[in-house]
Amino acid sequence: MSDRELGRPATGPLDTKAIREDFPILSRTVRAERPLVYLDSGATSQKPRQVLDAEREFYERHNAAVHRGAHQLAEEATDAYESARETIASFIGADSGEVVFTKNATEAVNLVAYAMSNAATADEGMRRFQVGPGDEIVVTEMEHHANLVPWQELCRRTGATLRWFPVTDQGRLDLSDLDELVNERTRLVAFAHQSNVLGTVNPVAPITARAREVGALVLLDACQSVPHMPVDVAELDVDFLAFSGHKMLGPNGIGVLWGRRELLAAMPPFISGGSMIGVVHMSHSTWADPPQRFEAGVPMAPQAVGLAAACDYLSKVGMDRVAAHEHELTEYALKQVGAIEGVRIVGPTEAVDRGGAVSFVVDDIHPHDLGQVLDDQGVEVRVGHHCAWPLHRKLGIVATTRASFYLYNTVEDVDALAEAIRAAQRFFGTRA
Amino acid sequence: MQLDAMYQEIILDHYRNPHHKGLRDPHNAEAHHINPTCGDEVTLRVTLTPASEGAELDEKAIISDVSYEGMGCSISQASTSVLTDLLIGRSVAEGMRTLDAFTEMMQSKGKGEPDEDVLEDAVAFVGVSQYPARIKCALLGWMAWKDAVSQSLDKEGA
Repeated sequence: MSDRELGRPATGPLDTKAIREDFPILSRTVRAERPLVYLDSGATSQKPRQVLDAEREFYERHNAAVHRGAHQLAEEATDAYESARETIASFIGADSGEVVFTKNATEAVNLVAYAMSNAATADEGMRRFQVGPGDEIVVTEMEHHANLVPWQELCRRTGATLRWFPVTDQGRLDLSDLDELVNERTRLVAFAHQSNVLGTVNPVAPITARAREVGALVLLDACQSVPHMPVDVAELDVDFLAFSGHKMLGPNGIGVLWGRRELLAAMPPFISGGSMIGVVHMSHSTWADPPQRFEAGVPMAPQAVGLAAACDYLSKVGMDRVAAHEHELTEYALKQVGAIEGVRIVGPTEAVDRGGAVSFVVDDIHPHDLGQVLDDQGVEVRVGHHCAWPLHRKLGIVATTRASFYLYNTVEDVDALAEAIRAAQRFFGTRA
Repeated sequence: MQLDAMYQEIILDHYRNPHHKGLRDPHNAEAHHINPTCGDEVTLRVTLTPASEGAELDEKAIISDVSYEGMGCSISQASTSVLTDLLIGRSVAEGMRTLDAFTEMMQSKGKGEPDEDVLEDAVAFVGVSQYPARIKCALLGWMAWKDAVSQSLDKEGA
């Protein structure tokens, strides 16, 4: 098979030409009339018309504050909101009662961290969520700040100890000390399903199995997996799963925390206020059942409807085909970009247990400068530490350049990237 | 190409062959500044000489040396190099005026008409001001310099 065959709808897993027509932004130009080559979906994805239409239709036809009021619009809005929850839950193989809407994935992680913090001063009934001196929280060296800083803060507030799995030079998790790192003192293990920098897909099963042995909870940061591969919470056997809507074709301002029903039912709230209550007195209140317990205030119903439309869109394409398409692009990119003299891939160089985030460094060109030349060519990538500063420090680099793919990207996009890198080398005079 | 407006030859020259680089002693104060969005950093030292023998360090003091180490993009590194050329040998008051002029130019969104008499080589950075994401890069060394100078003067007052 030649490198080019993926671009042909007949041979590739996806008809990218048809898909791209659903994304109006992909036909615009940037800078000096350059066609847009969007390779930053790891940061945020573009949105198809179907998602924009769903959100607009909610505003135009059904807009009202959900779970309040008894008028027809309130009924329709509530119905749309709760139907969206069902669609999103079924997208990850969950029950709708286990899906909590948050502002984003960061808030989803914080929800669990603050629930544990709140449980620390509660009675024995909250023992499962309590942490304190002598207890340990385990993360990994490849975490996004969103799945690191909340746990640092929880440890700081409660006196618990933060520990972490190291990352190997090949960009994989080093699980050799798994049994020591996850032990009887461990209360929770939090880690990324797929690294937003390295693309590494982490092995969930051995970590979860060990956590079960010692009675620790498991939280999976699925921000880079749910948008890109089939994810089923029952198969994963974790306790909590966090992801954001905007990285999976959905709107900004909505994220999801999935949690096991019995855990959510036992967990104290993070944010309190309207609509998360059972009964309110002047001196005290009781809480609503999940998921409402964790959704204080008027929720983001239009965004939930938009995210459900995104799930429908992805389901229609088929998540296995999305994953297969990105796998081909990743293989192609590792080959084409990795072959450029002076370029080093940061992360696994083989597309095995690896998703479509391809980070790299180019000799003698700082990522910011590289990104500037790429941008001048219409190629939009992410530069910097990608909110994974400790990982970069561990790898001995200040910053990287990251290209990340989605279902609308093509081999031509990868070719444009490779050509733009060469152009940068010529511009800065580092290669002929 | 718009890029040429940003990466003027003066900037690339300073990046490839930075002036006054390296950390030197003695120094009055050191500042370490980091750009949290990209992780770029600079450590910068300032050495001041009183305007007249025995005088206190004040705005009239002479900037006798600025030395630095840093990791970062061409813009942040070149801008720090240009800074040393501009400020070494000037008074603190003159340095502050230059800093103000440079900051104003960087906030001009490419529309500034910088005074070449004040900013000399630093006028080359006017193109960078068109790129909001890069303004912090250009200011990194300058902010570290401002910090180190304030520390030097505070120490003196304490």
